[in-house]
Parts: sequence; C-alpha cells; structure tokens
Amino acid sequence: MSLPPLLDVNGLHVRYPIRKGLFGGVVGHVSAVDGVSLTLNRGETLGLVGESGCGKSTLGRTVIALQKPSAGNVRFRNQDLFALSAAELKQQRRFAQLIFQNPRACFDPRRTVGSSVRMGLDIQELLDPSEREEAVAEIFRKVGLRPEHRFRYPHELSGGQLQRIGIARALILKPSLIVCDEPVSALDVSVQAQILNLLSDLKAEFELALLFVSHNLAVVEYIADRVAVMYYGRIVEMASTHALFSSPRHPYTRALLAAVPTMDIARRDDPVPRLGDPPDPANLPTGCRFRNRCPLAFARCAEAEPLLVTAEDGHGVACWAAESASIDAGPMTAAALNG
Amino acid sequence: MSTVVLEEPIVAIIPRWRVMAGKLLRNRAAVVGGSVVLALLLLAAFAPWIAPYDPFKINPVQRLKPPSFQHWFGTDEVGRDLLSRIIFGTRYFLLICLITASISATIGTLLGLIAGAGSALTDSIIMRIIDILLAFPYILLVLVVVAILGPSLWTGMAAVGIAGIPGYARLVRSSVLTVKREDYVTSARALGASDAEILFGTVLPNVMSPLIVYLAFATPLSALIASALSFAGLGTQPPAPEWGAMLVNSRTYLFSAWWAVAAPGMALFISIFGMNILGNGLRDVLDPRS
Repeated sequence: MSLPPLLDVNGLHVRYPIRKGLFGGVVGHVSAVDGVSLTLNRGETLGLVGESGCGKSTLGRTVIALQKPSAGNVRFRNQDLFALSAAELKQQRRFAQLIFQNPRACFDPRRTVGSSVRMGLDIQELLDPSEREEAVAEIFRKVGLRPEHRFRYPHELSGGQLQRIGIARALILKPSLIVCDEPVSALDVSVQAQILNLLSDLKAEFELALLFVSHNLAVVEYIADRVAVMYYGRIVEMASTHALFSSPRHPYTRALLAAVPTMDIARRDDPVPRLGDPPDPANLPTGCRFRNRCPLAFARCAEAEPLLVTAEDGHGVACWAAESASIDAGPMTAAALNG
Repeated sequence: MSTVVLEEPIVAIIPRWRVMAGKLLRNRAAVVGGSVVLALLLLAAFAPWIAPYDPFKINPVQRLKPPSFQHWFGTDEVGRDLLSRIIFGTRYFLLICLITASISATIGTLLGLIAGAGSALTDSIIMRIIDILLAFPYILLVLVVVAILGPSLWTGMAAVGIAGIPGYARLVRSSVLTVKREDYVTSARALGASDAEILFGTVLPNVMSPLIVYLAFATPLSALIASALSFAGLGTQPPAPEWGAMLVNSRTYLFSAWWAVAAPGMALFISIFGMNILGNGLRDVLDPRS
C-alpha cells in the first residue's frame, strides 16, 4: 500500500468566457485547461512543457487554488482544495507556493524585499514575531544572498538576486509543493544555471515537489523527474524524463524535440519540422486537436479525441497513431515528420 | 550546498522617505509650494499673536482706509483691519481644505477600492452611482446639497466634499484595476493573505502616489468652490473672516476701495497657486519614472 500522492489532479477544466458587445454577452469559451489529470509525489519534479498559450501556466495556478476550475478537482495533501473553507484554504496555502516568471514584477515595489519575504510568516503566523526577522536573514543565506540584502528595495537588485529572493519567499513557509512558472526564462543564461542549481539543491534538502512549467526543453530535461507535454489544454504525453527525451511517442513531442537547435554537426542541417499555424484556441479541430498540424493524421483522428493512455512502462500518450502502433517507439527524424 | 554567495559591497541603506524628502527639497516647485503651505499653517496656528488687530473690531472712523503703516492691507467697509482678517482667514481656508479633502478622499478612495477589487456587479453598481454624480455639473451638485442642508460653513464644506467624491473614486478604481493584476498581488494571495489584507496591505500603498498628487490638486479646487459658495452667500456667513465672504462684502467698493477686494483675492490666489505647484512637485517626485 503506497502513500497517496501529494497532488492529485482529476479531470481539471478551466474555461474562460469570450465576451462581446455592449452588454458583455458570452459568445464562446476558451478552454485553457481541458480535462487534465495528473499526480505528483512528495519530492518529485514534474516538468510541464508546451508552446505559449497552451494553458500550462493556468494549470500551474489552478492546482494551487489561485484560479478556480470550471470542472474537476484538485486533491492536495489529501484534501479537496476547492471544497475547503477560507480558513482551511489559508492553512493549505502555506504548503503550496509559487515562483514567478518575472522576478521584477513579483515584488511589491513599496516594500523592502525582506519585508516581502517576511510577509508569509506574518500572514501564516508562523514562529514567534521576534524570531521572524532572524528566519528571514537565515533564508537569505540559504539562497546565497547576504542577510543585509533584505533591507533593499526590488529596484535596487538584479534579476538573478530577485529570483533567489522569490525562491526564499516561497521556501520560508517550508512548503511541500512549489509551482515554478517559467522561473528562469526571464534571466540571463549564466544566471539561469545558478538558479537551476539552487532549486535542485533546495529541492533535495527540503524534500520539495516541484511543478516546473517551462517552454525550455533543456531546462526541463535538467531538473525534472517526469515530464508532461501540453497541447491546447490537454496533456498529450507524459513519461519519465529519460523516456520522453529518448523515445518520444507523440508526434507533437517529436516535433518539439526536433525543433531544438543542435550543436551536433551531423544533425545541424536536418530540416526542422514545420507544423503550420497554431489553431484558434476558441475553435479547435474536432477529434484530435493536433490533427491539423499532424503529419500522421488519419481518418480516425477527426472522429474522436484520443485519451491519454498509459502503457505498462508508465509512458502515457494521447494519440491514435501511437496507440495503433502504426509508428514505432524509436526516434523519428524531422524529415519523416515533414512527410 | 553549492550555492554561490554573491560578493558585492552593500551600500548604506537609505530609507525610502529620506530619498523622497531629498528629491522633494531639490524640486523648486515643491519647495515654493511647500513654503506657501507651511506659511499658511504657521499663520493659522499663531493668528492671535501675529495679527495686529482684532479681526472683528469695527471702527467706523477708519472705514475703507487705503493701505498704510497702521493698516498694511487697508480696512474694510466697517473699518476692520484687513491684514488681521486675512490672517484669521487662513484658519477657515485650512479648515475647509481639511474637511472637504477628508470627506472626498476617504469616501472616494474606499468606493474606488471596493469597485476596483470587488465583483463585476459591485463595480457596476458603485460606478453607475458615481456616473450619476458626475453627470451633474460640479457647482450644481454643490448647490443641490446646500439647498437640502441649508447654508452654513459646515454644510458648504459637506457639499463640496461630497461633490469631490467621484474624482477620487474613479482615480482609485482605475489604479486598483492595474495594480490588482500585478504578480506581487498574486504572490500575496498565494501566501494566504485575505482580501482585506491584500487590499489595504498591498494594493492601497501602491495606489498612494497618484492619490497624493490628486489630493494636492483637488484640495485647492475644493477650497475655491467653498469660497465661491460663501461669495454666493451659501457657505460661511459674515462676519466670519472667510476670504470668499470677505469678497462679497467688499465687491460693492471695487472701484473706490480696490484693496478690500484685492486682499482676500490675492490671499486665495497665492494659497491655491502654492498648493497647486506643490502638487506639481509631488507628481514629479512620486512618479517612479522620474
């Protein structure tokens, strides 16, 4: 009998209404998240990749109750997050924190960064008030800054320093889950590496589970234990990092991987797959939502939407072509994708 | 742990208010405007010691005397010393500023916060009421309130204060709409802050800058309208040395005794001008882009 997962997301939908006209009548919906189920265990890192607008940030924010779902539920630490009272939700928030994409925008410009970090302790009433300042100083050391940095204002610090403080703000509450929403994409490459190393050290030390949202495949490959690939609100493939990168099964994942620029001279001149224009998110194709860009699409893809089917090796894929084993699981070249 | 400690000298930390004060002192408009406001405050506080005569003392022998060494600003139609009346008038002026600004700013800010942060329905209800208030010309709105409450210093101030509410409400609402989408507000929510904690702890401090600037511009305007009310006989009643009321009494003598009109007129002009340029200075200093 294994322990229940830390985070258990079941059939999650997040729909935004499209309003038009003088009276704001609803003329349609965009499904940012369209039936996502996933689990995350303690201490595990799940990478969430996909192109911009595919709903990965919305999913990240919904699982920590910053956004209300239209359907489905989220169980976190064995509690249904959207069935809790305000006071109970506040207690749970302590354990689920968020790191933002833009470290410049995520600090109150009118507070010192130390005061921003301390805010969590004050709100959650953790520690004795007299011990909180020392705890803030300690966490600044932990993320590789000096305690004196806490008296600075956000505009006086660099992006990398602010991102460290963003991590400190999440970490000081001793959470069990941190949603990292593109935490390094706004930083210089050299600073990205520092922040990733820091995250990966802290994750081990604090036994943190991370939901790591990114469009950068290299970053996800480095930090994640498992990876989920999202396409317009759905998870189309989910597998261990190694399996996903070495033998991707969904044609979309293959196209994403093939699009990564390579230093390998032998592969440098391989044609990059062209997927055509992304669909209108308010008006997705019938059946499989990827079929209008898919080189392998066949009749069945227009008829019904493939569900995420997990094979015995734990590798999940939502694709009729992959399921009917008409394509093998080996690496596919970009040339084949372009047909 | 392989965290890199960033070796970087820490400069002395200067508190934010000290930085602001320094900027303010280097801003010429702010210094001039600030001096006027400070002078008003001092005159009001020490009026009985500064004023050379009793502002209410009638002296028919000395009526409508031009400026002289005895009466620097001259005397009015019943022989009262104009300088003394102007000095005591600062008390009325500042009282009007304080009361009208308090009414408009607190109620307007509160409504703006609720409208900006509340549900779409709350927002619609509050803003439609504000729109109705705005649809009346400012002065008409003031007159309606005075007509309901009756003319006096206090009803005049209440009327002007109420008429000023829509400006604050709209300003604060639009600022809140911008600020509430910021990541640092999401962060406060993720930390578990309640709506009230977020509104007053994070959103309000971040809409203060435009609010302070608006306060510095709207307050002298309110004071001017309140004086206009007194001029129309609907605000402060004679013999109170309120500048607007003083103008009414002396206007008949405009061509024979210009000083009786000039003294309260100039006092109003300088006070309002001073507050306005202080507002300009504050806007420059508080603007983060400066």
